[in-house]
Amino acid sequence: MALLEIKDLTLRFGGLCAVNALSLEIEDGSIRSLIGPNGAGKTCVFNCLTGFYKPSDGEMLFQGQSLVNKKPHYITFLGMARTFQNLRLFKEMTVLENVMSGMHCRTNAAFFTTVLRTKSQKAEEKHIREVSEECLDFVGILDKKNHMARNLPYGDQRRVEWARALATQPKLLLLDEPAAGLNKDEKSKLIELMHRIRDDRKITIFLIEHDMGLVMKVSEKIFVIDYGVKIAEGTAKEVRDNPKVVEAYLGKEEEEESA
Amino acid sequence: MAENKKKPKLTTPLESIIESLFRFFDNKVYRYTALFAASGFLLILPSLSSRFTQEIMTNLFFYVVVCLGLNIIIGYAGLLHLGYAAFFAVGAYTTGIMSSRFGIDFWLTLPFSVVAAVLAGLAIGFPTLRLRGDYLAIVTLGFGEITRLTIRNLDITGGAVGLIGIQRPVFFGITLNQISHFYYMFFILAILAIFVSYRLHDSRMGRAWEYIREDEDAAAAMGINVTTSRLYAFIIGSSFGAVAGSFFAAKMTAISPDSFMFIHSVMFLMAVVLGGMGKIPGVVLGCIIVVLIPEISRDIGQYRLLIFAFMLLIIMLYRPQGIWPDRPTISAKE
Repeated sequence: MALLEIKDLTLRFGGLCAVNALSLEIEDGSIRSLIGPNGAGKTCVFNCLTGFYKPSDGEMLFQGQSLVNKKPHYITFLGMARTFQNLRLFKEMTVLENVMSGMHCRTNAAFFTTVLRTKSQKAEEKHIREVSEECLDFVGILDKKNHMARNLPYGDQRRVEWARALATQPKLLLLDEPAAGLNKDEKSKLIELMHRIRDDRKITIFLIEHDMGLVMKVSEKIFVIDYGVKIAEGTAKEVRDNPKVVEAYLGKEEEEESA
Repeated sequence: MAENKKKPKLTTPLESIIESLFRFFDNKVYRYTALFAASGFLLILPSLSSRFTQEIMTNLFFYVVVCLGLNIIIGYAGLLHLGYAAFFAVGAYTTGIMSSRFGIDFWLTLPFSVVAAVLAGLAIGFPTLRLRGDYLAIVTLGFGEITRLTIRNLDITGGAVGLIGIQRPVFFGITLNQISHFYYMFFILAILAIFVSYRLHDSRMGRAWEYIREDEDAAAAMGINVTTSRLYAFIIGSSFGAVAGSFFAAKMTAISPDSFMFIHSVMFLMAVVLGGMGKIPGVVLGCIIVVLIPEISRDIGQYRLLIFAFMLLIIMLYRPQGIWPDRPTISAKE
């Protein structure tokens, strides 16, 4: 059974149809990409999946469980973590504290245990710290754990976001344009990191990306959408040779003539 | 190039004095010695000072308890609450009614006072916590006034006259009726409030509030239940206020709606904002300023609101994060 199954997902903002009857499946242990021209509705799909937008119609099944009308925090608890297109770090907090946020849904200390600082609360705090440090180590910035998030260079801030998402111990990781703003060297490290996340941690990855080179390299299967409609699906080569995809990105010849 | 080396930030003399104090107390030995000396001094103060001084200090401790409660709502969870006096009134009136009308022992009224505050916190919090920023402020402002007007018009609360004959608490056979008794009572409460605040701040719950304050959507994406966390802040914050209110009722033995006016909410809010929202020493400092300034010279008592207004303006212009300095960061030290 597929880890994530989207059936006829539709999202309308008034008259605008941002996502139109989109269906796709993500198999467990795969790396899948969602591409499309600007404004094609890619981030809208992510926002529906993570509960930030309510889909107008359709069904989303994660491990057989419906995600429709679930709150974002509960979806994260179910095992789906995301990163944001524009970084959304907790800027005034340290790197370690940022990553510790991911452990929130896996722990449960409440008021009385906190105030009394019971043994279990102390053990839990220690556990949160250890897991978070391990995640930081995994993405390679453990040495910067006590820095303020806002003081890190852009590439490192991206890594904090990944570490934070990993700390939620997800089964599926949604990456919204993970390579945006990274240089060539950082991009190749990102590809290596994505493979490590999939192979060492057994986490399925679903990403939105504009960098075709990167998409072609990492993902076994690519979905292409345009104006919220899926226009193609397949391997890198199949997608590249699909005339519909070329049309969506470059436009029709006759349209150009008339323009 | 020399210009670049200069700090672009405007540093006031007051700020630099506090900054250097802060550096000094970074040393653990100095910090604990100072804390020890301060608590020792506060413990023997009643035997050295006049009733007047004790009264002011008791009032200060009372402010610390209430403002730390408000700090959980405003400073920790980032919810602008303008009707905090209402929670304080809920506590005071719960104790007041149970004690004066039904003759129930003061200590037994405390849990009811907390429950009443939790219920009030839920009643106001549940429908309004979806609101952001200014809108929440307007609703809480309204809630504060509604509570006061309800108290003023109900029979059981004694209407505009209020309640009289609230019993004094008995503590291990001693009836608490001297000002020095209440001095110690509120001193213990203030220490407790500081203790609980510290524990909460440095915990999973405290961090959740901080994440939500920084970025609500990112916090939700990381698996934090925003509504529940905020509700917790509301409930815990209200409980602080209610407990303080109960003790206030016991100390005064008479309460009236006039003790819970909007101006009281404003004074609590000012203490939190002046010192530094979310920072416990900052809030204590804010309480010291708000309580002591009008008392230092009785002459300026008349103008205290004017003085506070000026202080608030200056703070907002030059140091919006409050008087107490921010925590130093690794990169700041480098």
